[in-house]
Amino acid sequence: MAEIFVIDRDGVEHSVTATDGWSVMEIVREADLPIEAACGGCCACATCHVYVAADWLPKLPEMSRDESNMLDEAFQVQDNSRLSCQIPFKPELDGLTVTLAPEF
Amino acid sequence: MSATEPQAAPATDAPIRTDMVIVGAGPTGLFAVFEAGLLGLRCHLVDNLDKPGGQCIELYPDKPIYDIPAIPRCTGEELTNNLLEQARPFHPEFHLGQQAESLTRLEDGHWRLVTSAGTVLEAPVIVIAAGAGSFVPRRLPLPGAAPFEGRSLHYAVRKMEHFRGKRLLVAGGGDSALDWLLSLQPIAASTALVHRRDEFRAAPDSVEKMRALVAEGATTLHFGQIAELHGTDGQLEGVTLKQTSGGEERIACDTVLAFFGLKMELGPLASWGLNLERNLITVDTEAFETSQQGIFAIGDIATYPGKLKLILSGFHEAALMCQKAHKYCRPDQKLVFRYTTSSSELHKRLGVAD
Repeated sequence: MAEIFVIDRDGVEHSVTATDGWSVMEIVREADLPIEAACGGCCACATCHVYVAADWLPKLPEMSRDESNMLDEAFQVQDNSRLSCQIPFKPELDGLTVTLAPEF
Repeated sequence: MSATEPQAAPATDAPIRTDMVIVGAGPTGLFAVFEAGLLGLRCHLVDNLDKPGGQCIELYPDKPIYDIPAIPRCTGEELTNNLLEQARPFHPEFHLGQQAESLTRLEDGHWRLVTSAGTVLEAPVIVIAAGAGSFVPRRLPLPGAAPFEGRSLHYAVRKMEHFRGKRLLVAGGGDSALDWLLSLQPIAASTALVHRRDEFRAAPDSVEKMRALVAEGATTLHFGQIAELHGTDGQLEGVTLKQTSGGEERIACDTVLAFFGLKMELGPLASWGLNLERNLITVDTEAFETSQQGIFAIGDIATYPGKLKLILSGFHEAALMCQKAHKYCRPDQKLVFRYTTSSSELHKRLGVAD
């Protein structure tokens, strides 16, 4: 079964079963890991902010203008910052590693 | 006044007595006004945003919604305007830009709700339609930020005069950041704008004006994110910026205005003694009443077995809630179930001719 790795804010890595077609945010949320995702996944807040492990960045769909605008409302934004609701999971992303960004 | 413009309640010191106080002016709260109005009940609403509509208006005013029954497609703003129009015959009164702060039971069994602006509302029924909580500004998540907050680090402008003669640093790239930079630049001693990238989501006109100020040297523009605050006893002396290009930069300033959007938090209602489950209020599914008699919770903030956080669920909950609320508001009156299609009594309340 496909899985992704989620590093929480204490640095603990969790292996989480990933469902095809779900967003990474939904996968993290369904695993009961602390992700706020206040807007429910419509790219209208920045509370599902994650850092994507460098190897995986090129494999992700390109960032939309909406997403980069919303990232302005996040803090500690890095080059590998993404909003996890904007990353649909597909089999090629099996093994994807993301780190939950600080909450604020 | 336009058809959908909400009516602002006049400021007054005496308690305002009404039938129902609704905490939260989002879609569920607005539809509760309509359902209550059909039963002859009057409503006052409290919301921390400066306009009605809740998440629909704050998070996704332009985004399409497809799952409102009989409305194949509408935006968050259109839904809000339609709900305001639908509620209009019942003259809801709005207390905006204020948070419901405390709730106490009076001797006669009614509830007294006091807002952060000091508005006092008394009613037999309180309806919590607060969604995921009230919208409050996101604060800088930096260790050591707290002592500066409210003194030299601000997330909103209450009085422009407060910024006269200051060496002001504004952080953010949206409309709030740019609008305030442009408004305060003429009265501040100096201004600096900090944003993480050379792209601004603010209105193009504001961006142009900002760039003109930068070109003439009237304000400085820095690309990066605030990494550290410097100062003593709550008084800022400067900030360290982690530059987007990779380096670090220290900017001298005595006042910071930071705009990172709004977040939702439960706020004071978390301590009102209601049964909570994962930040949601547990209710029965007959009337959506909480563990406290006369306090109801509807919409996203309410939870029960099978609950779905959908706007349409909030509407359904509002209608059922009003049936029981009516008993508290009009204990001597028998409620008869009627349809808006045929009831002349309801037509009268709606202000439509038979």
